[in-house]
Amino acid sequence: MEKQYIELYKAHHQLIKQNSAAIINRSRDAAFAKFESMGFPSTKHENYRYTDLKPMFSLDYGLNFRRLNFPVNPYQTFQCDVPEIYSYQFFVVNDSFYPPKKKHNGSLPEGVIICGLKEASEKYPELVTQYYGKLTAPQNDALITFNEAFAQDGFFMYVPENVHMDKPVQLVNIMRSDVDLLANSRNLIIIEKGAKAQLLVCDHAMDDVNFVANRVSEVFVGENAVYENYKLENTHNKTANLSTVLIDQKESSDTLTNLITLNNGISRNNIEVEMNGEKCEAELCGMMVGGGQQQIDNHTTIKHNKPNCHSNELFKYVLDDVSKGAFTGRIFVEKDAQQTWAYQLNRNILLSKKAKVRTRPQLEIYADDVKCSHGATTGQIDEQALFYMRTRGISLPEARLLLMYAFAADVIENIRIPSLANRMKMLVEKRLRGELGMHEGCTLCMH
Amino acid sequence: MLEIKNLHVSIDGKEILKGLSLTVKPGETHAIMGPNGSGKSTLASTIVGNPAFEVTSGSITFEGKNLLEKDPEERANEGIFLSFQYPVEIPGVSMVNFMRTAINEQRKYRKLPPMSASDFLRFMREKKALVDMDNKLTNRSVNEGFSGGEKKKNEIFQMAMLEPKLAILDETDSGLDIDALRIVANGVNKLKTPEKSTILITHYQRLLEYIVPDYVHVLHDGKIVKSGTKELALELETKGYDWLK
Repeated sequence: MEKQYIELYKAHHQLIKQNSAAIINRSRDAAFAKFESMGFPSTKHENYRYTDLKPMFSLDYGLNFRRLNFPVNPYQTFQCDVPEIYSYQFFVVNDSFYPPKKKHNGSLPEGVIICGLKEASEKYPELVTQYYGKLTAPQNDALITFNEAFAQDGFFMYVPENVHMDKPVQLVNIMRSDVDLLANSRNLIIIEKGAKAQLLVCDHAMDDVNFVANRVSEVFVGENAVYENYKLENTHNKTANLSTVLIDQKESSDTLTNLITLNNGISRNNIEVEMNGEKCEAELCGMMVGGGQQQIDNHTTIKHNKPNCHSNELFKYVLDDVSKGAFTGRIFVEKDAQQTWAYQLNRNILLSKKAKVRTRPQLEIYADDVKCSHGATTGQIDEQALFYMRTRGISLPEARLLLMYAFAADVIENIRIPSLANRMKMLVEKRLRGELGMHEGCTLCMH
Repeated sequence: MLEIKNLHVSIDGKEILKGLSLTVKPGETHAIMGPNGSGKSTLASTIVGNPAFEVTSGSITFEGKNLLEKDPEERANEGIFLSFQYPVEIPGVSMVNFMRTAINEQRKYRKLPPMSASDFLRFMREKKALVDMDNKLTNRSVNEGFSGGEKKKNEIFQMAMLEPKLAILDETDSGLDIDALRIVANGVNKLKTPEKSTILITHYQRLLEYIVPDYVHVLHDGKIVKSGTKELALELETKGYDWLK
């Protein structure tokens, strides 16, 4: 099955390179060689026990090496009616950055650069060279390697020292194609010392074909910088959404990663947060709503490399029908990382007998002065609470919904943009009521 | 109003109520007393439709309607309220949201439009005053972290909000100190109207000093073995239950 991709690369690597940029090409052949020798992992691989990559890569997908423009105008497709929320809005269609309309966003704060990764590599080579591939290099993961071999473009964001973004940045990832499509997009995000930025990523799929999106993001968060990263996934049951986010934190930086999945096919989030300076704060949370045959696998790693850092992790799943969830929470505390606090909690509600969830906390602690805890619970809706509510006249479906919202509330409350939190709350409620369709376009559009 | 005839109820195959009959007319207050395990709480749970209890024979009608055919929420919306012996904590569901949902579900059942947010808040403020309910409690999740006394007060607050025709108070006095008992009992008395009926389930005569019943029934081994007026409660207090067996 890997063979088709190996042949594809051998036949087209010139074309891939011609339509990308020198800096992105630099590690391409090496990445390919690595992929050729390792291939895709089977479910025997420790990290991929609950997500089987082989069947999803075995279809005959189109890949758009020539960077042909797909007929889509996101500005028309993603009209939105929530005028009270504003953001700088950008689109990546499949794996190509869509040139923004100047008028649409107004001007960015002084020194901030947001553009396609290919464009950034050409216009700001020293900046991209300094960061590109630095976090992926030590990794030994098939999805990253595959991405590095095939990715040609993606999203680039640079927020210079001490610049505080006045509005959130919204990145809408749109999958759009008339044939089955595999897209590898590559993102680079640099938040310099003392800077502040919020990124909201919305993943969507427009057409009724099979999609594989294999996205890799490298995120560099400088000293005292604050970075918030929200992701809303509302795709469809033919989308395999594979997302790797690697975050490097310097001293006293603060990051929040909040992932919400409402509709999807198969999702895999590989999140790795590495604290490479003292006094870092990292929050990592997620709310996953699954039904039908949805599969959602969050594989998280938090590395406490330096003393006095705090991390807090909370993932919640509500799964119905035959949907499947998996959560792996790895926490490493290095020998010198004294005074570490690391908390992890995974809570799940199964609404049907056939829904399943696997949870694996994995803590490796080499320091002796730390506070670490982990917990996982899986259960059904509280029958006693249901009955109590019914005796107050609340119907069974309404009572179930109230309990499910309550369950989701603390993840939603961990959204630090109030208007976004309200919108997200409404969407989660709609999803739990079964009223949020797939293909709804950008349900979160902030314009 | 409420008519129970020859009621037999089992839980997990074990028969708890063994042919209980009781009639409650509008405006009446009935006290049901009896030792532990006599079936008092089973009776309360069965009237409100707890699915854990199985009615094997007999009937319960409320204003002429067959209650046993109705879901717990329908019974509530018909006007039956149970103050729980052990109120349930519901983390994450705010009291305000809980009560607003309940009120609007009741209104929907009665084919009325939902109450506006401002009307609701005004209504809630009124009812809070009635039972001396603290603001900080209504801002929290339902019963979460409430003391025993606060939970009982919250039950009476909910009763005030929902304005039932028949209120069943299951051991509302248990776990209350004398001041809390007085507040709770005052709340119940203030809510009383000539049409509304109450069933008090209690171990002790103490509560009956504050809420005076029209009738007292003694439940033993799943049946009412003696009925009388409030003097019967005093007699029980001195003699205990043994003489009735």
